[in-house]
Amino acid sequence: MKRLLVYMKEYRLRAFLGPFFKLLEAIFELLIPLIVANIIDIGIQSGDKSYIWQRVFLMAALGVIGFLCALTAQYFAAKAAVGFSAKVRRAVFCKIQNSTFSDLDEFGTSTLITRITGDINQLQTGVNIALRLLLRSPFIVGGAFVVALTIDAKVSLIFLAAILLLGAIVFLIMRYTIPLYQNVQKKLDKVTLSVRENLYGTRVLRAFGKEREETERFHGENDSYYTAQRFVGKISALMNPLTFAAINFAVIFMIYVSGSQVNKGILLQGEVVALVNLMSQILIELIKFANMIVTINKSLASARRIENVIYAESERNLPFYTQPGSGNRKEPAAFLEFSDVSFAYKNAAEESIYHVSFSAERGEQIGIIGPTGSGKSTLCSLIPHFYAATGGEVLLDGVNVNTIPEKDLRKRIGVVLQKNALFQGTIRENLLLGGREIPDEKLELALAAAQATEVALQKGGLDGKIEPHGRNLSGGQRQRLCIARALAGAPEILILDDSASALDFATEAALRKAIAALPQKPLTFIVSQRVSSVMHCHKILVMEDGKLLAQGTHEELVHTSPLYAEICRAQLSTEVAK
Amino acid sequence: MKNSTFYKVLKLLRPYGFWIFLSLFLSLFSVAVSLLIPILVGSAIDFMLGAGRVDFPSILKILAAIGVSVGTAALAQYGTALCNNHISFRVVFDLREKAFSKIQSLPLSFLDRCPAGDIISRMITDVDVFSDGLLLGFSQLFTGVLTIIGTLIFMLAFNWKIAIIVVLLTPLSFFLAKFIAGRTFSLFQKQTVARGEQTSFVEEIITHQKTVSAFGAEEESIRKFDALNDKLEKVSLRALFYSSMVNPSTRLVNALVYACVCLAGALSVLANPAFTIGSLSCLLNYASQYAKPFNEISGVVAEFQNALACAERLFTFLSEPEESSDRSLPELCDVRGEVLFDRVSFSYTKDRRLIENLEFKASPGQKIAIVGPTGCGKTTLINLLLRFYDIDSGSILIDNTPIDRVTRRSLRQNFGMVLQDTWLKSGTIRENLFMGNSKATEEEMLDAAKKTKAHSFIKRLPKGYDTVIGEEGGILSEGQKQLLSITRVMLLSPPILILDEATSSIDVRTEMQVQKAFDALMRGRTSFIVAHRLSTIQEADCILVMQKGKIVEKGTHEELLKQKGFYYTLYYSQFA
Repeated sequence: MKRLLVYMKEYRLRAFLGPFFKLLEAIFELLIPLIVANIIDIGIQSGDKSYIWQRVFLMAALGVIGFLCALTAQYFAAKAAVGFSAKVRRAVFCKIQNSTFSDLDEFGTSTLITRITGDINQLQTGVNIALRLLLRSPFIVGGAFVVALTIDAKVSLIFLAAILLLGAIVFLIMRYTIPLYQNVQKKLDKVTLSVRENLYGTRVLRAFGKEREETERFHGENDSYYTAQRFVGKISALMNPLTFAAINFAVIFMIYVSGSQVNKGILLQGEVVALVNLMSQILIELIKFANMIVTINKSLASARRIENVIYAESERNLPFYTQPGSGNRKEPAAFLEFSDVSFAYKNAAEESIYHVSFSAERGEQIGIIGPTGSGKSTLCSLIPHFYAATGGEVLLDGVNVNTIPEKDLRKRIGVVLQKNALFQGTIRENLLLGGREIPDEKLELALAAAQATEVALQKGGLDGKIEPHGRNLSGGQRQRLCIARALAGAPEILILDDSASALDFATEAALRKAIAALPQKPLTFIVSQRVSSVMHCHKILVMEDGKLLAQGTHEELVHTSPLYAEICRAQLSTEVAK
Repeated sequence: MKNSTFYKVLKLLRPYGFWIFLSLFLSLFSVAVSLLIPILVGSAIDFMLGAGRVDFPSILKILAAIGVSVGTAALAQYGTALCNNHISFRVVFDLREKAFSKIQSLPLSFLDRCPAGDIISRMITDVDVFSDGLLLGFSQLFTGVLTIIGTLIFMLAFNWKIAIIVVLLTPLSFFLAKFIAGRTFSLFQKQTVARGEQTSFVEEIITHQKTVSAFGAEEESIRKFDALNDKLEKVSLRALFYSSMVNPSTRLVNALVYACVCLAGALSVLANPAFTIGSLSCLLNYASQYAKPFNEISGVVAEFQNALACAERLFTFLSEPEESSDRSLPELCDVRGEVLFDRVSFSYTKDRRLIENLEFKASPGQKIAIVGPTGCGKTTLINLLLRFYDIDSGSILIDNTPIDRVTRRSLRQNFGMVLQDTWLKSGTIRENLFMGNSKATEEEMLDAAKKTKAHSFIKRLPKGYDTVIGEEGGILSEGQKQLLSITRVMLLSPPILILDEATSSIDVRTEMQVQKAFDALMRGRTSFIVAHRLSTIQEADCILVMQKGKIVEKGTHEELLKQKGFYYTLYYSQFA
């Protein structure tokens, strides 16, 4: 939480004024029982009606002033809480935008989304409540004691005892029940899991005839949830009766002690009335305080999770990550060269790419084939510096890609990732992603090359609407638009990472021809598990376990690479394989 | 509609009539006592008139009375809470049991149509909201109303003039709160909308963060985010501030009422000697308590409506029509594996015919492949074979027995299936493998796993076969999950096999190895294979080529290629 306070800086004054006005309100509230005592002991005793009127008027005035103070306090608290959380939310979002691919892998998408939504909302609630109540409740409780002390020292000891006793009851019950409630929640999660499984796995469970066993299992989960719930219910049901009894027994003692004080002439009748009123205020505030602690605890947990994101170390901000012009320019041996490249994912035990070397020229089509997890995608993601090679160099025109400013590098490369990502907006906005300025004619050409003209027309042309995640398109349609987006920037290198998997064979062939005919003659990488997608390439890289097993044309590889030949045999009928 | 829901709720509560009655009785008692306490305190104060004028014996008697009342009221409160807990926890338990057995007996046509998330939220969230809202709300409503009535009676008995002040003024705070809440409602809606917009934006960007980064669109997305964030900040501030006016406003009204009571009370004491200081103290106490139940009741009414709505959603689910009962039907046993489709017609919806007059026969031990474009009805055939769906007309016979004349359970026990979307239950790998055949031995399991090559990755997992896999196979890759589900069937060795794209996620190399295991498994068993990759089905005894719910071509690979029909086109488009 501490490190998040930076974002509170701008709201320092408001964060101070909120609780301050809240304290003022609390003071006015504490004065009321004293005024009542005055009315009884002075006004009524002396029969002075004008005094009574005057005091009642004072009470009403204090009520109004208290109200104004409260409003001011609420305003400042709300302003500080909302402003603070907006700042934090922005910080988290910017941090995510500045993440490298490894950072993103480490956090995981769903975690980041819950942090920026749920956790920050929880934080806002927590800050707001803390600013309003964190000081108020202890102040009223302590204040009631102080006021009691000014009335009578002896009686105030009973107050002290009552406060301690109530505090202990509330604290103990909460301490026992909070972990128990977590346990209940866990049991409920199991009940939910059982339901989920039976819904998602219906076919399998029914095929295996597991209905009876599953019903028994659910009964078990449900029963253990019930038992846990009943147990914690018994304890937490103690809260109300115990605090009720404690406060009223304190009142009994107090009346008895005040009785003797009145008898001695130390206390007046009205003061006893005031003491009784003060006592009931303590109970209400303590319970409020207990509930608030629960909320604030939750918010603190959220704050910690948010902090972990904002203050996570990222390589992207380190100086070596991009140093324009600092790379030693070598005499380019080829347009793109992998020179003894190795790569290991962060925290991974083994390397995913192992001493890979190859070179490629403009206009070439390079196919990459191999089993899942063999490092095909990883290999490609080193070219746009999504990840930095941990050994060797990836050279573009003789310059290590890690030394080329990220923006310049990525402008030259068009990528279609495995997961097809389209965003809410128009087709044009999607094609122009990254704030590029490209005339409509060029966009039309890109659509045509990507075999996506039909798709765009169906949705109403470049202004056609795309729903979030491209939900209103089929998998194949999304793939084509993503390819068009990569082509729109007229890239020098084009990477298609398993991007034609949802296309039928004819469309895929047309796409390959269209790419070959592009005026800028891009170097194209085609990653696939299908031989038919890569067999026409100028060069095919055969990968397994991060190693480059073989490279060459289809005709060469059929004879030289046993793995490639095996894949061909499995996928193609014999006559074509030859 | 509402009435019938209410009636159903009452029916649900009937078994707990005694507990409800007890709860109400105990809360009546505790309310009465808690109202009595201020009076007792007041009269105790009346016995301390001043120095040397304190009547201790009387005070002690009153204090003893207070002590007894407090003790019994506390016990009654605890009793009420326990009763309420008992009722609400039991009702929740009952409802969930009912709903779960309902799931087991609903037809797949319903479960396929109804999103799982919806059923889960009915069974988990709605049931909780229902029990909290209805039962706890009910008891709060009851104590609330009792407190109001009781306070009113006591106050009227003390001093009717002051009572009228309180009665008329206090509801003001309630109406004020209502008024503000009504005004802030639209602000909250705006906040929800703004928050929703931002969430969906953030969710979309972060999900595809790698694409954003690849196209250098970070600044662009921060700019868009800022616009949404500013908007949210403004609306949130207004919603939060206006809604936080409720408490201070009600406190203000209560403070003013309190001042009025104080004034009227003090003047009454002066005017009427019978009206003592103790009575004044008691009235002040009531005045400050009187507002509370009003605010609570207004909350309860909203919760009540919400609870009824939730109950209705649940009852709708519970009254969905179930599968026809098969209790009285005989079991299907000793299957040889002959499958006959006799003029079968079927459609998911009345308006779109899917399968019409489908006919084919598979002899025991034959390998039948089904190919065709997406949506041609391949997967539907499997749904019909296993009776996940019932056919509209015609009949499906296994060894000459129509499948709707035997129990579903015994029918399905003769099938082993591996589906494209693999499903594993959460538990250990061993539990998952034994799912189909709990009688298999450890050796048989190891043997099956080695055949399917699943053994090689399982042994590398931290706890081997005892590794717990999360819900739906969490830590495993799609391909590994498929290997497990193949092993699962291997262990069962049923007379009829169904393989629906069973190796689609397994990489090429492993697939070639698994294929051998499959071939061994299929020997002597009738098997149905659905595949996109035509290379995997060339050895089938019979290939059924389906298009739009009909079998358009039928024959072996060579025969079909010779026909130069639809299969021929499909086959050669791979190499275009």
